[in-house]
Amino acid sequence: MNKNYQSTYTPNTPEIKKEMLKEIGVSSYEELFVDIPEKYRFPTLDLPAPTSEFDLKNEMSKLSNKNSTPGEFSSFIGAGAYRHFIPSVVRQITSRSEFMTSYTPYQPEVSQGTLQAHFEFQSMVCELTGMEAANAGMYDGATSAAEAALMACRINKNLTINIVDGVSPLYTDVIKTLTQASGIEIIQNDLNSVLKESHEPPACYVIQQPNFSGEIEDFSKLSEIAKLNNALLIVITEPMFLSMYKTPNHYGADIVVAEGQPFGVSLAYGGPYAGLFACKKQYLRQLPGRIVGETVDTDNEKGYVLTLQTREQHIKRDRATSNICTSVGLIALMATVYMALQGKVGLKYLSELCYHKAHYAADKLSKLNGFEVVNNNFFKEFTLKCPTSVKDINSYLHENKVIGGYDLSSESDNHMLLSFTEMNSKDEIDNFINLLAKIN
Amino acid sequence: MNKISKRKLLFDQSITGKVGTTMPSMDIPAQKLPDSSQLREELTMPEVSENEIVRYFSSISQMNFSIDHNFYPLGSCTMKYNPKLNDDIAALPGFNDIHPLQDTSTTQGALELMHHLQILLAEITGMAGTSLAPMAGAEAELAGMLMIRAYHRNREDFQRKKVIIPDSAHGTNPASAVMAGFEVVSIPTDKNGNTDLDALRSVVDDTTAGLMLTQPSTIGLFDTNIVEIVNIINENGGLIYGDGANLNAILGKVKPGEIGFDVIHSNLHKTFTQPHGGGGPGAGAVMVSQRLVEFLPDPIVTKIKDNFDLTKPSKSIGKMGAFHGNFGALVRAYAYIRTLGKEGINSISEDAVINANYLRTKLENTLDLPYNRICSHEVVFSAKTIKEKYGVNALDISKRLIDYNIHPPTMYFPLIVDEALLVEPTETESKETLDDFIYVIKQIVDEAKTDPELLHNAPHNTPNKRLNEALAARNPKLSWRDTQVSS
Repeated sequence: MNKNYQSTYTPNTPEIKKEMLKEIGVSSYEELFVDIPEKYRFPTLDLPAPTSEFDLKNEMSKLSNKNSTPGEFSSFIGAGAYRHFIPSVVRQITSRSEFMTSYTPYQPEVSQGTLQAHFEFQSMVCELTGMEAANAGMYDGATSAAEAALMACRINKNLTINIVDGVSPLYTDVIKTLTQASGIEIIQNDLNSVLKESHEPPACYVIQQPNFSGEIEDFSKLSEIAKLNNALLIVITEPMFLSMYKTPNHYGADIVVAEGQPFGVSLAYGGPYAGLFACKKQYLRQLPGRIVGETVDTDNEKGYVLTLQTREQHIKRDRATSNICTSVGLIALMATVYMALQGKVGLKYLSELCYHKAHYAADKLSKLNGFEVVNNNFFKEFTLKCPTSVKDINSYLHENKVIGGYDLSSESDNHMLLSFTEMNSKDEIDNFINLLAKIN
Repeated sequence: MNKISKRKLLFDQSITGKVGTTMPSMDIPAQKLPDSSQLREELTMPEVSENEIVRYFSSISQMNFSIDHNFYPLGSCTMKYNPKLNDDIAALPGFNDIHPLQDTSTTQGALELMHHLQILLAEITGMAGTSLAPMAGAEAELAGMLMIRAYHRNREDFQRKKVIIPDSAHGTNPASAVMAGFEVVSIPTDKNGNTDLDALRSVVDDTTAGLMLTQPSTIGLFDTNIVEIVNIINENGGLIYGDGANLNAILGKVKPGEIGFDVIHSNLHKTFTQPHGGGGPGAGAVMVSQRLVEFLPDPIVTKIKDNFDLTKPSKSIGKMGAFHGNFGALVRAYAYIRTLGKEGINSISEDAVINANYLRTKLENTLDLPYNRICSHEVVFSAKTIKEKYGVNALDISKRLIDYNIHPPTMYFPLIVDEALLVEPTETESKETLDDFIYVIKQIVDEAKTDPELLHNAPHNTPNKRLNEALAARNPKLSWRDTQVSS
């Protein structure tokens, strides 16, 4: 080991440390670790040698170039994470060290920036979802869905969750993981059987709009059944869709959750993202996660604090509504800045642009021999039935600098889920269609 | 500057017609829109111009304390310097722009990085396997406890319903144990700050699934009974969960796996410098012993010949999130470990522990020191005597520190110490900064004697004085719309 090593992140030199050790009253730092049993103290550590900034940047740049990156490739994959344009202001603001390098706002007098921004976030999520209350964000859309199901079980004191077909299998997996030890029974069935067959009332029905295959469904009848059964309706949805279509409160949603990533957050191979979580006010005391509230200070000036903290683990411990602590502060800020920049006009325009692009592509694809657009009513994503295996098609597309759709073959052979956003130019879409035309 | 205008919400600044950003062009023929019955009512969102948005957020940001601007000795939070290099590496398009569901043959660079990080974290902690899937420390705790549950159930040992947790633990420990289906049994800490062995022996039996233990503990002490504790639990068939929140203190000094821990998680946003972002995002890698490898969360990265792939362990507890964990945080953690290497990782714990003991020594006659022994990376003081003498409590001292531009320590935690002030300086603070802190604490204690009102009313120079938290909870105003209704 290099004895002369001095990290750029630790300012105390060997001479300074020697002085400090003397003040402490020990002769070497080793004496500060005597509480560790001698047998296990100072093990061998097999790690690489230190790397300079210059060398590491070069190495990481090369490593990152091994990936096929959207932008260099045209990309039509979505399935829960979407490539949208991110204005420069989002990154600039969220890179400010006042936001980026501060802790959870437990000391409100020195955290008003974070608190006020999160209050804006909650306000925007309420407007977007049409719900009355929102928290400051969860890990991602899938964990939001799982926490919503757990919340419904607490509210209704009922341990059955009914997941209606159409919910993303990726989300269903997470709901299963997070509820596996809570004695919860998960029923999975299709909308028709929920509507037609009599059944014991569950704590909640979990639905997804648009559903995983892109279809926009009519849930008005399910909403009536939920009311009759005193069960909560949990709607998993998507923020760009909410910018254009009727909000879930119009069909009786009690809790609305969504993946916030499409709003200003990079794809980043799956995270960090931010789960949106909103509900009716009557369920406020059962909400998981952090909530910011407005109050006044001793001078009667307006300010913000973390509130309703008696729901949370640091107060309630084993009786908390959730174990969540660190969540997604900075990502929620990205979404907040994004929504502020787009405003109501921008979000409407962008969501419609996605709609037009997807429908333009679907129209062309439905005219291709051997291909069939499965959906009747969709937004920016739809399912395409292909003449051959999606795996083969995608590897052919990849050779032509295109990342194809999500392979649905685990559910239906030769089906792919395609997603279109403002990032897909007409040239890209036309090229994609021409490539597929050559398959048959 | 006018305080009120600075605090006006974007919603209240909105003026119809202002535009915040430009729109991409419509380069395809317009398609027929759905029937209006399907469409939403007009969306209420602020209408503010781009430059005003920048000024608004820049201006409110300045109401925050942050690690780049302030000494931030928040105990148990490891608020250390977040290297800028790591942010640049995470922002490389090849990492930042790739889609989580791309075929793994097209993401080999990302998977190689994750695979190497799995190995490095297993080496640092002395464990056999790693999953990077959990998205924060608490989610890693849940994953760990679900693995312990799955392990016992796999052996058809269904009676193990009980998890033992010391009373000094973070609140997430009992909350996670309950989410994993266990009953929590709390045990006390002895007068030296170690786990009370008699109490442990009296509750452990064949219904014990395991013990959740933070090492070093939340009072900043390495439990000298650790070997005995592991033996007691193991002899009764239980497993040891290590909460790695304080891993920073022992990097290279001891490997929890060698002592006999079965699980340990690492908050990559603490020890491995993912910026804390005002409350996340974090990442919670979870490392396990050989007997738990098959239960690890889905996915893990495996290497098959020269290729990397995402795979599901044979008896996995399942997926922790829609995708593969907080990759952006994983890139930063990896860059950090590679920058420091063996020498640097070793120096972290050395410097962190020296800094904490320096504060302990220099302030032991100024504040109460409930556990007067060599500490680890953090030191817990108490304001009990000062409160009795001058009526000034830990909250007052904390708020007064703000007037000196220092972020308060963690206060009133751990719960077992009266008037607790838990101070974690971290290795990235210089002796000069620590000397300033020592000076300020002494100054504040003097003020407590001569002018206690000064402390009761602190802080004095912040955008807000002390805020009424009771009012916020009693009359919740949680959105802009709530503020419109009541005013």
